[in-house]
Amino acid sequence: MSDKNENIKKAKEEWEQGLLQKTLSRFPERENIHEQRIYTPLDVDSSPEYYTEKIGFPGQYPMTRGGQSTMYRGRLWTMRSYSGFATAKESNERFKYLLSQGVTGLSVAFDLPTQIGYDSDDPHSEGDVGKVGVAIDSLEDMEELFEGIPLNKVSTSMTINAPAAVMLAMYQAVAEKQGVRPDELQGTVQNDVLKEYLARGTYIFPPRPSMRLTADLFAYCKDNIPKWNTISVGGYHIREAGSTMTQELAFSFANAIEYIRSAIDAGLNIDDFAGRISWIFTADINVLEEVAKFRAARRLWAKILKERFGAQKPSSWMLRVHTHTSGSILTAQQPLNNVVRVALQAFGAVLGGTNSMATCAFDEALSIPTEESATLAVRTQQIIAYESGASEIIDPLAGSYYIEAMTDKIEREAEAMIGEIEAMGGAVSAIENGWMQNEILSSAYKYQMEIEKGERTIVGVNKFTSDVTSDVTLTMMDPTVRETQSAKISALKKRRDNAAVEKALEALKKAAEGTDPLYPRILDAVRAYATEGEICNTLRDVFGEYVAVKLI
Amino acid sequence: MAIRVLVAKPGLDGHDRGAKVVASALRDAGFEVIYTGLRQTPEQIAAAAISEDVNVVALSLLSGAHMSLFPRVVRCLQENEGGDILVVGGGVIPEADIPLLKEQGVAEIFTPGTPTGVTVDYIKQAMAQRGVS
Amino acid sequence: METPGLPDILIERARAGSRRAAARLITLAENDPAQRLEIARMIYPHTGGAYVIGITGPPGSGKSTLTDKLAKLLRKRNETVGIVAVDPSSQFSGGAILGDRIRMNDLALDKGVYIRSMGTRGHLGGLSVSVGIAAKIFDACGCGVILVETAGVGQSEVEIAGTADTTVVVTVPGLGDDIQMLKAGILEIGDILVVNKADRPGARQTASTLLAMRQLGEPPDREWIPPVLLTSADKDEGVDKLLDCIGAHRVLRQISRSQRNERTDRLREEVLALLKEKIADRVLERHGLPGELELVLGDMYDRRLNPYEWVAQKAASCTR
Repeated sequence: MSDKNENIKKAKEEWEQGLLQKTLSRFPERENIHEQRIYTPLDVDSSPEYYTEKIGFPGQYPMTRGGQSTMYRGRLWTMRSYSGFATAKESNERFKYLLSQGVTGLSVAFDLPTQIGYDSDDPHSEGDVGKVGVAIDSLEDMEELFEGIPLNKVSTSMTINAPAAVMLAMYQAVAEKQGVRPDELQGTVQNDVLKEYLARGTYIFPPRPSMRLTADLFAYCKDNIPKWNTISVGGYHIREAGSTMTQELAFSFANAIEYIRSAIDAGLNIDDFAGRISWIFTADINVLEEVAKFRAARRLWAKILKERFGAQKPSSWMLRVHTHTSGSILTAQQPLNNVVRVALQAFGAVLGGTNSMATCAFDEALSIPTEESATLAVRTQQIIAYESGASEIIDPLAGSYYIEAMTDKIEREAEAMIGEIEAMGGAVSAIENGWMQNEILSSAYKYQMEIEKGERTIVGVNKFTSDVTSDVTLTMMDPTVRETQSAKISALKKRRDNAAVEKALEALKKAAEGTDPLYPRILDAVRAYATEGEICNTLRDVFGEYVAVKLI
Repeated sequence: MAIRVLVAKPGLDGHDRGAKVVASALRDAGFEVIYTGLRQTPEQIAAAAISEDVNVVALSLLSGAHMSLFPRVVRCLQENEGGDILVVGGGVIPEADIPLLKEQGVAEIFTPGTPTGVTVDYIKQAMAQRGVS
Repeated sequence: METPGLPDILIERARAGSRRAAARLITLAENDPAQRLEIARMIYPHTGGAYVIGITGPPGSGKSTLTDKLAKLLRKRNETVGIVAVDPSSQFSGGAILGDRIRMNDLALDKGVYIRSMGTRGHLGGLSVSVGIAAKIFDACGCGVILVETAGVGQSEVEIAGTADTTVVVTVPGLGDDIQMLKAGILEIGDILVVNKADRPGARQTASTLLAMRQLGEPPDREWIPPVLLTSADKDEGVDKLLDCIGAHRVLRQISRSQRNERTDRLREEVLALLKEKIADRVLERHGLPGELELVLGDMYDRRLNPYEWVAQKAASCTR
């Protein structure tokens, strides 16, 4: 140990045995505190290379301080608001409103039938059409969704996974009609099917054929839609399903490693697609810990890409993060408290260096946000950006003994967990075995029991409760969407060239049975106005459907 | 003799954290929990409930489709001699919808933030009243 | 509102197709030994036709999927199928998550399939008794084949599997549980050994290991040598061969003398157990022994009274 640290160690011991002890003997500390009391230089690596090798500078390996050299001084994070309503028309109006309010990117929420590859008139869709997002049954709906919005001027993030190729093909077809070339398109498809088996449940096919579809989309976009982010790997959903912070990182990274392997096996070069991988993480309410998480994530990812996969381009090493503030910690009781929660979460994400963010509305636990609450969610980001000062200094908390010690700790633990998963054969094996699902459930259950035993406080829920019910206006969902959409589908099927549709679906089926690229066949089918359900059912016939593992 | 509960997720909603956590809590309270997973139709739920002779059906839904799906489960149970099976629900359900659901045969709704202990006690009490323990 | 119903009414309705009645019968039989005997007595004329297949193996071997696929195949061959799925109960709370049905969702609405999930605990008379009466009730409702799925980790579950007409033991490649299985005696009770998820690496090795282990335990005069089959249940591969193999075993049992002996032994055990239960209950009640025991329990605990002497005395006086 260096002399400097020797002195500090001595001084700390003196303090602990002296003043601290004196205070503790009279005033013991509060209950249920799980964090270390104080961090000092003793908790941080003191070797001379530590700064240059582990912390470094923004935009440079290992990216701990940020992915771009000027960060928010050059460009603020993209401010997004997750929205989507029952019909394409209503969503279109909401988009135009948000764009006018300063939102710089659109985020599309699809309804569950669309996410699971069912048309609105499918018996499975009963009750769910248009509820959590927009119903898109065919190219016709996609045209309505983006009517009057120039696709070469916006960046669109689509939360779609199993049928991502279908939605992207529709978007591309809409752009074609606007005269916009595919290489001008910017945006993201989520396309992270592995987390669906873990956390979100909108899977269609089993894991292995789904990996083929993922790599297929990567390949097509590399040559045709090069600015498109072809995957947004989610730690967010895993965390929202109840995982710990370390699991959020380790499980999502393990999933991403599978996608990379899949793409490499399909013949792609790592540097061809790694730069297009983006990420979604949660911002939970422990602000300081979250800052460390983002930094650890960037460093660990850069290391994996450079050392394990041999990526050469800095853009391949860069972890590009979209943050969605955690919705599961928002409460139905005393909903206005959530305004504060979201502000703190967003602040943590900014201090952590996120590239893009969507903030929850405060009434998230009650229903889909109103226009008012959605606006407030955007204002929260704008106030942080323009008023708090946090966007003017790059990685401001670096050097804090706590932040650096915690960053190192999180990186170590996540790396070890990834090793465990790899030893099992990788994420797909860990999912097929149900291991990851059960780990998440254990964490979720533990968390819930802590709340119920009072070991974890949630203001308004198990402490500082009130009997006052809030007077919150909720958005009412239109129950007639299924009928409207079903009628549209019928009319479409009468109008279109059904022979062309059949031909396209036949070609898609053949490609699926063999090894030919799928996206171009999907694009053909989309242009012919095949419905999403028809396309997905064709693939279901070949790939089968996923059946969940047993709950232990 | 254990209290038997079917925990079910009707419709396409895939968020099963709540359902699984409640299932675990019910198990730890000594109940036998039949968990049928995601994407259950009301018909499947009723068939499983009757086949397993459960005392309670606990529905979990976060997608807003509760007003159409929960009453359908109640009706399917009634149509198959299962009208005496207690139906409860949880998830993202606005306060305003709760009386309407109760009118249609849902005995109780447990909104977000409700401790699992409350659900457990409710079921125990309801069963005690019926002479089941 | 449903009335619980007397057993005979429930039996009549169950046999007429009421699922509710069938399920209620099982609950009644599980929880009340007196009712159980009544039910067994009343349904007896309608039983005897069902063939019971036990499916057991370690967790993760894909038993539930295999059960689901077997049931579907049987349905294609026009059989009415009963499924009893047993999952371990918690040692601490006595509760259980019974999750086998998650792999059987397609069967939920099939009019030709009966399903009952059970935990391992809380069965008066034991788990095998509950599984047995559920199987008989399904039999009386017209099921030709009954699949009993257990986790094979506890002794009682091994016992149940052993009481089936054909027992299928399922493993998967690479589980590394070979020794475990030997200890639990599972392999010995297996009439057919299956390596499931055979598309995974190591399937052939696992099959070879099983063949070798079977060699070790094999009595020289056995009429049936348990074959080792490879399946990929989730891909529906090998399931038809498994069913055919079960069919072959069934035929053998019908003509085999050792089969008849085995079944007779089982019947003797079951009837004796029932006799003991019924008679003991009556005698105890008639002589007020449970009540008397309560009075002297304190003395026994404080070691003032020898419990074994007390029992010997009471047994002698009751049976004079």
